[in-house]
Amino acid sequence: MTPTSDDKGAAVRGAFSLERVFKATPAQVFKAFTDERAKSRWFGGGDAQTMVERSMDVRPGGREVAVGKWKSGATSRFDAVYFDVVPDRRLVYAYEMHLDARKISVSLACVEIEPHPIGVKLKVSEQAVFLDGYEDNGSREHGTNWLMDKLVASLTG
Amino acid sequence: MLNQQAPLDRTFQALADPSRRAIVERLTRGPASVSELAKPLAMTFPAVMQHLAVLEGAELVASQKIGRVRICRLEATALDRAEAWLNTRRGEWERRFDRLGRYLEEQQKEGGENDAHE
Repeated sequence: MTPTSDDKGAAVRGAFSLERVFKATPAQVFKAFTDERAKSRWFGGGDAQTMVERSMDVRPGGREVAVGKWKSGATSRFDAVYFDVVPDRRLVYAYEMHLDARKISVSLACVEIEPHPIGVKLKVSEQAVFLDGYEDNGSREHGTNWLMDKLVASLTG
Repeated sequence: MLNQQAPLDRTFQALADPSRRAIVERLTRGPASVSELAKPLAMTFPAVMQHLAVLEGAELVASQKIGRVRICRLEATALDRAEAWLNTRRGEWERRFDRLGRYLEEQQKEGGENDAHE
C-alpha cells in the first residue's frame, strides 16, 4: 500500500533483542564493531547488497554511514550517531533508515559485550519507531502480539 | 504451545530464503502484481508463484486476483508491515551473528597475535 494521507504521521514502535555467546575476547568483539575493515567482514548484506557509500567514526558524537544498493533495486541508507562508547564493553547509537527517498524508521540500538566462561556474551537490542506508511491503521490487532512474543522468546531463549 | 509453534516455524522457513525476503521487503512498500515482483528478482513468473505460495502458507502474504492481474500484499492479520520489517531487521542480526562467529573464528585461527597487541 502506498502511503495515503491517513498514514501521514503514523508511528509504530517495535523492539527486539538477541544474544549469543562467541568464543573470542571482548577486545576482538569490540574491534569487530568499531574497526571499519573488521566490520565490513561480517556486518553488511553480503551478496544481496553492493555498498555505495561507507564511513564510520565510533566515538561519542561520531557518525556512521552505510548506503547499499540491493539486488531488488532498492537503495537503503543507514545513518547513525554514537552516543556512548565504552571500550570492550558497550556501544549505544541511534540511527535512521531510508529506503530510497523515504525515511522509514528511527532506532536506538545498544550493543553489550559481557565476559562469559566460554568467551563473550554479546547482546544487541533495538527499539525502533516505524514512520509514515509502515502501519496498517487499525489492522494491528491481537494475534500479532503473541506471535511477536513467541518470536522474541524463541530467539532470545 | 505446539499449536503456536507451528505457524512460527512456517514464518521462519518462509523468511529463510533471500528471494522471499526480497519479496517481503518489496511488499513493505506497497502491494504489487506478480510480474512487478518478478522483475527485479530476475525470476520467472512460475518461480515467483512458488515463493508466493510459501509466503501465503505462512500467512505473511495475501493475494487477490483483480481482473487478469494477481495483486499481492503483506497479510496484515498475521504480521503487519511494520512487524514484517522488524522481523527483517531481527533476521539481519541473526545472519550478522552467524557471520561474526565465522569472522571471530578466523581471527582465533590466525593466532590472535596481532589482536593481542592492539
